[in-house]
Amino acid sequence: MATVDLNDVRKVYAGGFEAVKGVSIAIPDKALCVLVGPSGCGKSTLLRMIAGLETISSGTISIDGKVVNNIGPTDRDIAMVFQNYALYPHMSVYDNMAYGLRNRGTPKPEIDSRVRATAKTLELDQLLDRKPRQLSGGQRQRVAMGRAIVRNPKVFLFDEPLSNLDAKLRGQMRVEIKNLQRNLGVTSVYVTHDQLEAMTLADMLVVMNAGVIEQIGAPMDVYEKPASTFVAAFIGAPPMNLMALTHGADGTATVAGGAKIAGHVPEQAAILGLRPEDAIVPAPDATQKGALSLPVAVEAVEPVGMESFLHCAIAGERIVVRVPGRSMVQPGDRLEIAAGLDRLHFFDKDGRRV
Amino acid sequence: MARASDRKVASGFRKDPVLQQKSPKTPASGHDKLMIGQSSAGIWLAHAILILGVVIVAFPIYYTFVASTHSLQTILRPPLPLLPGPEFWTNYSQALTGGGTRIGGVGVVTLLVNTTVMALGIAIGKIVISILSAYAIVFFRFPFRMTFFWVIFITLMLPVEVRILPTYKVMVDLGLIDTYAGLIVPLIASATATLLFRQFFMTIPGELVEAARVDGAGPWRFFFDILLPLSRTNIAALFVILFIYGWTQYLWPLLVTNSNDMNTIVIALRKMISFADADTQWHLVMVTSILAIIPPIVVVVAMQRWFVKGLVESEK
Ligand SMILES: Nc1ncnc2c1ncn2[C@@H]1O[C@H](COP(=O)(O)OP(=O)(O)OP(=O)(O)O)[C@@H](O)[C@H]1O
Ligand SMILES: [Mg+2]
Repeated sequence: MATVDLNDVRKVYAGGFEAVKGVSIAIPDKALCVLVGPSGCGKSTLLRMIAGLETISSGTISIDGKVVNNIGPTDRDIAMVFQNYALYPHMSVYDNMAYGLRNRGTPKPEIDSRVRATAKTLELDQLLDRKPRQLSGGQRQRVAMGRAIVRNPKVFLFDEPLSNLDAKLRGQMRVEIKNLQRNLGVTSVYVTHDQLEAMTLADMLVVMNAGVIEQIGAPMDVYEKPASTFVAAFIGAPPMNLMALTHGADGTATVAGGAKIAGHVPEQAAILGLRPEDAIVPAPDATQKGALSLPVAVEAVEPVGMESFLHCAIAGERIVVRVPGRSMVQPGDRLEIAAGLDRLHFFDKDGRRV
Repeated sequence: MARASDRKVASGFRKDPVLQQKSPKTPASGHDKLMIGQSSAGIWLAHAILILGVVIVAFPIYYTFVASTHSLQTILRPPLPLLPGPEFWTNYSQALTGGGTRIGGVGVVTLLVNTTVMALGIAIGKIVISILSAYAIVFFRFPFRMTFFWVIFITLMLPVEVRILPTYKVMVDLGLIDTYAGLIVPLIASATATLLFRQFFMTIPGELVEAARVDGAGPWRFFFDILLPLSRTNIAALFVILFIYGWTQYLWPLLVTNSNDMNTIVIALRKMISFADADTQWHLVMVTSILAIIPPIVVVVAMQRWFVKGLVESEK
């Protein structure tokens, strides 16, 4: 029902600090756009600008093709779910959900039917008379969602809505939010610093760093083709291994410990990236050997159940390698790690993908 | 959990006499605190202390009540009996209908009305003004916001007594002597209450304010629907304090009221007492004293329910 367009949006706070430095995003109708980035990168600031809670220093924000820069939060037809839920503590669950509708002059019978219908989808119908303090964290979270849904707005805005829940509940709510959003078909912007949440929820992933966008794309595209070393290190756990790359006089590229890369390496490449799961251990027969082969020393082994992570060292560089299941490798062992050319990522000296 | 591990430790060191002594108690350790509170000696001691406290506080009031039910002759001839006398109706009806000659025959009813109007006026006026000014200072951004805050703050250092002459002059010029407005208005401006509300408002999370904005609540809606209900504990507490502050005002009512009809009960009491014992209608003084303490007690008891409820329901 609505598209959201950000055009060169900037935010300079009163103290002169520039929190958002020219951001442009075009969010298509019904899409769930996730803003992800480290703490302090300006995600919340950007979301609050879309909500109308923060003024826009320059640039334009449009909802459904209409510029909303000078429209207050009430009239933008958006609903927001806050990190600490921000439920009205003195109102019952019912009143919390009904409040926004009442303020907009919705007729009473309609308010009642909408609140009850929403409560039903969120399994809150038994709790309508309770006060927020009588609810568990997860239930409060649902009420906050309900308060947004019941208004049937053009856009949902979420600011780290799951960060106060325990890991299990978070996983559960993640799925629920995704389903709700898909069923309701409401364009949404979702802020998180949790890359797992970002990967699983997003139709459109926006990676931010220090007020600028590093990359926009579908989650798997971002994962497979990170636009910069920042994205490479931010998306994925454990993060991509990054190693310095040098070009020899004879045109061959070498990495730490003098290992050569067989195959074409772009001229500008200065950094080599390798995801932990793309490294093959132990190296298969020489005939199948990949473009890169690294002799490493294992420093630590981390079994996490269905997989194990080997922390290895080579000539001062540290590399993490994922192996499936339980590993027989012991700390102190020496290994040969291999990787195919198509699994290698190359970045220039500024960290841009080449 | 803790209890189970206690038991394990205890059984692992059976030979230690201290632990062995303790171990039979361990299953009940969760109730240890309760048991101290419930030991009979403790209960008796606690009650004895409480009763002693009540007696010390209540006895003078009781004695005043006793005195208010005796005739002037009985009061003036010591010792005063310890039990109420037969003059209850006579004394009370005389006082209520204006038997006190030293205050121009004004009935205590009039005094009570005057004092109630003043105390309510001060309490409500102060709360309204201070909650509104705190609302403006905390939730709005306007030029010279902090200047206004500091100006309000500075008035803390100027209590009524300090600015009494200019205030009196203003009241005379405005023709407010012997009026309720004259009694109430100069005592209304309050920095303390403004500060209190400001501190409370600053603890309200910004997210709540923003949620209300997104929900379409303008400044007034936010104030009435959210801020006021959340402040009710504070308001109740402040109301009690300010009502009693207004009720016990002495200096200002003394200056600003001349006619006996406009006296507050405290002023009237003072006027009823003469230096010469024989001149003073002590039985009426006692009646007036008893009547003077009833409204504050009612206010405290009524409001106490409110703010105990507020404390129990502490909602943030
Ligand atoms: N009102 C403000 N005045 C000045 N600077 C601010 C203000 N609010 C935020 N900032 C700054 O703007 C930057 C971005 O803040 P923002 O809240 O958007 O971060 P974030 O990406 O949401 O981080 P987090 O994940 O920790 O929530 C931070 O460096 C912060 O210090
Ligand atoms: Mg944030």
